[in-house]
Parts: sequence; structure tokens; C-alpha cells
Amino acid sequence: MDEVSILGVATLSKKFGGVTAVQDVSVDVPRGGILSIIGPNGAGKTSLLNMISGFYKPDTGRVVLEGRDITQKKPSDIAALGIGRTFQNIALFSGLTVLDNLMLGRHVRMKSGVLSSVIYWGMAQKEDIAHREAIEEIIEFLKLQDLRKQPTSALAYGLRKRVELGRALASEPKVLLLDEPMGGMNQDEKEDMARYVLDVNQERGVTVVLIEHDMGVVMDISDRVVVLDRGRCIATGTPDEMQRHPKVIEAYLGTSKSGGRV
Amino acid sequence: MSEDLGFLFALLLNGVSIGLMYSLIALGFVLVYKATDAINFAQGEFVMLAGLIVAMMLSFEGMPLAVAVIVTLAVMIGFGFGLERVVLRPLLGRPVVAVIMATIGLAAVLRGLGPVIFGSETRAVSLPIGDEPIVLGPASLPPIQVAGAVVAIAFFLAFSWFFKKSRMGVAMRAVADNQQVAQAMGINVERYFALAWAMAGVVSALGGIVWGSMLGVDVHLALVGLKVFPVVILGGLDSIGGALVGGLIIGIVESLAAGYLDPYVGGGTKDFAPYVLMILVLMIRPYGIFGKRKIERV
Repeated sequence: MDEVSILGVATLSKKFGGVTAVQDVSVDVPRGGILSIIGPNGAGKTSLLNMISGFYKPDTGRVVLEGRDITQKKPSDIAALGIGRTFQNIALFSGLTVLDNLMLGRHVRMKSGVLSSVIYWGMAQKEDIAHREAIEEIIEFLKLQDLRKQPTSALAYGLRKRVELGRALASEPKVLLLDEPMGGMNQDEKEDMARYVLDVNQERGVTVVLIEHDMGVVMDISDRVVVLDRGRCIATGTPDEMQRHPKVIEAYLGTSKSGGRV
Repeated sequence: MSEDLGFLFALLLNGVSIGLMYSLIALGFVLVYKATDAINFAQGEFVMLAGLIVAMMLSFEGMPLAVAVIVTLAVMIGFGFGLERVVLRPLLGRPVVAVIMATIGLAAVLRGLGPVIFGSETRAVSLPIGDEPIVLGPASLPPIQVAGAVVAIAFFLAFSWFFKKSRMGVAMRAVADNQQVAQAMGINVERYFALAWAMAGVVSALGGIVWGSMLGVDVHLALVGLKVFPVVILGGLDSIGGALVGGLIIGIVESLAAGYLDPYVGGGTKDFAPYVLMILVLMIRPYGIFGKRKIERV
């Protein structure tokens, strides 16, 4: 892994029973960029993210965050080390308000031991105010002002996706893994979300790893694109290079002959 | 008020106070199920254990009640933590039935060990609240039922504050809602599992004290745990409010059955009426009144 990467996976493989989900995938995520992972359904994109977040333990290979091997760490520890994420199916805590969801996103920044939160009641309260301010800033950034006390189950689809992004941001991650943040959205919502992702990356300096099916969005906002097909990494490069890459075209269109755009 | 209405009022009042005491025990079950998805078949035995401990403490000459209660609470909290660590954590990720078997086994162990350690005679838990029935209009209640009901209400209020307002409570709801996502938020899920079991210990300690005081303490105190099932089936396995409402309904049904049906058939309907209701609920609304219908896109 070179110096400019913040996150790297090396020769990562994972099998479920006899099915190979991910095979020998190596990806370096450049610090401060937006890296997109694309590929047909079942290509192993989400499995790859799940290994980075620690939900799956890879059969072989390593995951390295800022030079530190995190392959065997627990998901909660990995989150605390600075990897935030959103999920493919919206995974907000549905009984809770927008504010509670965002506050939970901040959990890793809180010193809330079972004992300490009882003993240092006053301190916890003071700390709470600082956290509230951080959350308010995110609420403003994502224009969620009117929704603070709403239960998330009452929100429209696009808004829920936005709250989920906010919750991931609340932990002040170094790397943000977004699993189809625009999935199921209409064109307007997609454009909004793409703007937020760009802002997160540029204004907040968060490195973004993005899984997305909308090629227009991917080509517009990505610095680098990784293409997975049947668990393998078949190409890596800039968006332009990927659009012309014969293997990518083959994976998507099932032919190697035509040289058209994806 | 006519005599009939007065009788009904007395039955209802009795049902409500007993029902609240059922709710208290059911709360222990719900807390664990909600947070950890484990079905605890040993909830009644938890209550029995707590009753045995408090009865033993009180049997020491000059033991202040407060000390006995605090010791019981402390032991039950420790028991909850320990149980999670030793028995349940190794079963994480195993099929649900493994956990069920473990708690059934635990129940048997507790019922067997209880008399071995604490003796098999029935002990009294005498609380300093007198025996004079408290008269409310046409009805009167034994003071222990009033005390039990008050304790139950206090705990429901405390828990509803905890889950709505405290950081830990909100995190626990997050764990209950989606363990994987909670982990991605950096929440140490196992710690909250342990906390849920410890809270079940707290609730059981209070249940053991009030129920033990009412029924006397021996192995049979564990039977009160059987009432947990109609209560939680009715209210919903994962709903704290459901435990409260379910307990009230079961208490009232029991009381009405005892008052109106038992005289005709010579008794006993009180004991099975809650289960008839449970079976009906299972047929009509298997997830309970407030339970979460589980729909998931996989």
C-alpha cells in the first residue's frame, strides 16, 4: 500500500459455503478522494464493504486503515477507529427520532462507560452539549432542521437516506463507506445526494468509498473507480478509463466486441 | 353504588394490582428479549432466587429491610451479568433454540439448587407494611398488593425515562432494533446484552420481594413466572408498554374469572383463564397487541 492511501485491502477473499463472494481483491483507497466500486449484482461489492467494517471476517487477506491492520477487529472498534458507513437497505433505528439516530451516530465519540455515565452525571451533561452542537451542525449541513423530533419511520425515502448519511457523519469518520446511497431515488433526489456526497468529501475532507449503480453519478463524482465482477476485481482506474475498458464493457454488456460507452 | 357494581369494582381493583405485579416480572422477560432476542424460560426462577435471597437475609436477627433489599438487588444484578457472560455469550450467533434450551436448563438448575442452598421450608418475607387491608370504597386490598403495584408503576416510569432520555437507554433501543447497525455506530453490543440481563436481575429482585412477601418463598414461587407467558404473548414479546398492558389484562381476567366463574364450577377457572386468552391471542394476533410485526427484505 502506498503512502497516499488511507485505507487498503490486500488479497481479500471470502467464501460462503461453496460460493465465492470475494476473491483476491486488492484496493487502495486514496486519502481525500471518492472511490467508487461498481459491478453487476452479486459481484461482491457489499461483501467487500462488510469485510472492511468487520461484519465478515475474510478467509484470506488484510484490511489496513492508516497503516494499522484492522482485519480481525470487532465492528464497533472499527467504527471507533474512523470508518463510518451507511447500508443498502435503509438501516435507521425506526422507532427513534431523527435526533436520536444522529446522536447514536455519535456514540463512538462519547465516553459513556456504564459506570462513568452514572458517576460523572454532570460531566456527561456538559459533554452532551458539545455533542448536540456537533449534531446541530450536521442537521444544518443536511437541511434536516424541521425533522429533529420526527420518528424516522415517518420520513420519505430520500430523507431517510439523508438522515442515514448524517448519522454516519456524526461519528466524524475518516473514511465513509456508502452502500448505494442513491438506490431507489428519483433523479432530483439523486442529484441532491450526489451534491451532499461531494460536499462531505470536499468540505469535510472525508474519504468516500461509494457503491452505486447509477453510472452517471459514478462517472461524475468519482476520482477512481474499481470494477468487480463475480467476486474479482477486473479493472481499476479513472472514470474515463473505466468507460473505455474492454473488460468492464464485457462485464456489463456481456460482450467483448463492441467498444461503446457503458 | 349497587352491590353488583361494588363487587365488580373490587374485582377490577384486585386484578389491576395483581396485574401490575405480573407486569413487573414480565418486564424482566421483555427487556431481555428486546435487547438480545433471547427467550428467558427462567424468569420465574429468577424471581424465586431473589425471593430466597431476601428471605434468607431477613431471617438474620435485626437485619434492616433496606440492607436486605440492597443485597438482593446487588446479588441479582451480579447474577444477571454473570449469566450473560458465562452462559449466554458463548451462545451468540447460535440458533434461538440453543438459548431457549440453555434457559430451560438454567431454570431446572435453579429450582434444584435453591432448596439445597437455602433449605426447602417455606419462608416468610415480612415487609413493615402491616396486614390491615386498605379500604377503597367497596373494595379492600391487602397492603402488599398496593405496595407491589406502586413498585411496579415506579419501575415502569423509571424504565420509560431510561429508554427515552438516557444515552444508554437509547443505545439499548438501537441494539434492540438492529444489532448490526448498532455495531457500525461503534456500540459494543455485548455490553448492552449484559446490561439487559442485569436489568432483568433488578426487576426479578423486586418481583421476588413483593411476590415472596405475598405468597411466601419456596420453590413454588418460580411458578409465578409461568404467568409471564400469557402476559408477554398478549402485550408483545418486545414491548415494554405491552408488558404493562398485558399484565393488567391478565390480572383483570384472572380476577374476573375468580369472581364470576369460579363460584359456578367450584374454582380453578382463575388459573387457566389467562392461558385461554393467550391461545386466542396466538390465533388472532400472534405478535401481541404492541409487538413488532417482523417484515424484512432479505
